[in-house]
Amino acid sequence: MSTPMATPSLSERLDVAHLGLRTARRLRRRRYAVVTSALTAAVLALTFAALTAGPGDFTVAEVLQAIFSADPGRADFTVNEVRLPRFLLGVLVGIAFALAGALFQSVLRNPLASPDIVGVSQGASAGAVAALLGAGVTGVPVSLAALGGGLAVGVVLYAVAWRGGLTGHRFVLAGIGVAYVCAAVVGYLLTRSDVDQAQTALQWLAGSLSQNTWPLVSVLAVALLMLVPLVALVARPLQTLTLGDDQAAGLGARPELSRFAVIALGVALASVATAAAGPVAFVAFVSAPVARRMLGDGRLALLPAALVGVVMVVGADLVAQFLLPADLRVPTGVVTGVVGGPYLIWLLATGRRRAES
Amino acid sequence: MSTSGRQRVAAPPAARPGGAPRSTTSRAAVVVGLLLLLALAALASLMWGARDVAAGDVWRALVSPVDGDNDHFVVRHERVPRTLIALVGGAALGASGALMQGITRNPIADPGLLGINSGASLGVISAITWLGVGTVQGYLWFAFLGAAVTAVVVYGAASLGWEGVTPVKLALVGAAFTATATSLITVILLADRNTLDEFRFWQVGSLSNRTYTFFEATMPFVAPFVAVGLVLAIASGRTLNALAMGDDVARSLGQDVVRGRLLVVVAVVLLCGSAVALVGPIAFVGLAVPHLARVLVGPDYRWIIALSILVGPALLLVADVIGRVIVPGELEAGLVVAVIGAPVLLAVVRRSKEVAA
Repeated sequence: MSTPMATPSLSERLDVAHLGLRTARRLRRRRYAVVTSALTAAVLALTFAALTAGPGDFTVAEVLQAIFSADPGRADFTVNEVRLPRFLLGVLVGIAFALAGALFQSVLRNPLASPDIVGVSQGASAGAVAALLGAGVTGVPVSLAALGGGLAVGVVLYAVAWRGGLTGHRFVLAGIGVAYVCAAVVGYLLTRSDVDQAQTALQWLAGSLSQNTWPLVSVLAVALLMLVPLVALVARPLQTLTLGDDQAAGLGARPELSRFAVIALGVALASVATAAAGPVAFVAFVSAPVARRMLGDGRLALLPAALVGVVMVVGADLVAQFLLPADLRVPTGVVTGVVGGPYLIWLLATGRRRAES
Repeated sequence: MSTSGRQRVAAPPAARPGGAPRSTTSRAAVVVGLLLLLALAALASLMWGARDVAAGDVWRALVSPVDGDNDHFVVRHERVPRTLIALVGGAALGASGALMQGITRNPIADPGLLGINSGASLGVISAITWLGVGTVQGYLWFAFLGAAVTAVVVYGAASLGWEGVTPVKLALVGAAFTATATSLITVILLADRNTLDEFRFWQVGSLSNRTYTFFEATMPFVAPFVAVGLVLAIASGRTLNALAMGDDVARSLGQDVVRGRLLVVVAVVLLCGSAVALVGPIAFVGLAVPHLARVLVGPDYRWIIALSILVGPALLLVADVIGRVIVPGELEAGLVVAVIGAPVLLAVVRRSKEVAA
């Protein structure tokens, strides 16, 4: 006859619970570290590929010399004027889109509510296409029009969704409505223009890194230097917000203010990125869910999401440049869509845990 | 329920206080009012256009047509088919939108979301590029084929993995598929100017050229599909009401969740495929109409679906008539729908008192 199990005392039970919590937290931290380092390694590998691959057959030493040495050597133009700005543009655009998507999806609590669904990208597209087809300009004015379009949509959404406070529900719905109007504007302009011009506009609409000039890169870099620290500032209130407004308020957060700040940042990030590279498909939508599924929990994962965004954009651009036939001139955004879509589907189909998306 | 707990639930639990009439009498009054509106819109659609026909002449053209009379010819061979196609297409779009929002429990879902519209577009584009199909009747079959293949792929992928089909997975897989298909479409369009020239007009969604020839070629094929789809849609109201409370509650209420969801998806494919084949990918109707219906009759999906079947064609017809009379030539219905529908949607959104949660 076995002795009946003694009921554990309260302190014993607390100890067990404590141990369990600590183990879980340690495992989670380790997983975070592993995922982040793996993504960083991927970014480094892509950096190497982006700077060394391509015509010219420069050695690594020559590439490094071109970048860092006072005497740039024969690789100067190729590396410093072509590859480096293009690579940096990809990095910046990837970070901006990924952060914008992560912010929107968390604060609006809807996995579908990324800037390319709720109208910011469509607003930027309508602005750019109006500039391209309506005014017949190219280059910088197109970027400015895109920026204006994206920000204008942000303001309109605020005006519509604000009613003594901003609820995510109203914002998202209003965003989709505005997205359709902008899409109608684009459709109208596309059908009323010359086919060749329509094709140019389509190229822009797909999103690409071909506008890789230093002025553009530096403007975008300055914008991100201002916006990314602000994102870091709102990260904690945002994490609190995901608990729900009441709990967040109970913890001393100010839900309305935080939400306002987060959405404004998301709109700004998405608008500048779209202005620089066009609405690169799917990066904003998919980066955060992918990062979260890698981590296996529902936390806000801004850094991994940004890294995923960089990997997507830079990787897709390399594929578009070197792995696909050159005469197709496939824009970067097409590759992100064709690769990113199936990858997300695969993640969803093979996912084992109830990771919140 | 961790997955759906994070997003907003679209209907019954979030019932709005006041506003929508609850008694059957007042709901019946709404239905009668809508039927009247629909009749007026249909009459306007028969009377107005490039050539205005008086109401009396419309009547005579319908009951005792005179051979050789131009007005009678226009009414019988152009306006009547066009109006009927708008009625059928609008009903299909409205109902499929309500079903989509119900099944994904996401208020921003529309028929475009499951990827069905983009799948249909991909079908049409492949037909134009590789098979040289150049008629609207020809597009029909490929739109249908694309929609059906898409639904199988999306639903199949969403049902893989650990938890089976969940609303979030369905929505995410659909969005991922949409991005992939859109990117593939962009590749084809960038490489092939002639296809772009055809496709850009089809893609905005239009009712022009829906003459008797088109009607004769398409309706006998499409009408049965729409009929079956509408019957399934009406029968799904109870299922969607239960699903809106979450899978677990629905199951405990005795619902066969898997079968119910599958039937809804079948209905969406039938309706969406038919609508895209008839009028092109006008997803906005599917988004806005259920929200309007919800304002009119409250959160009961049986009523939302019934009303969407009436509001959808009314919106599409009104948009088509406006597009015909507002500019010389014609403005595509797909464009007008977004422009006149969006303010209505925004007003509805602003009115809604749904608690953010």
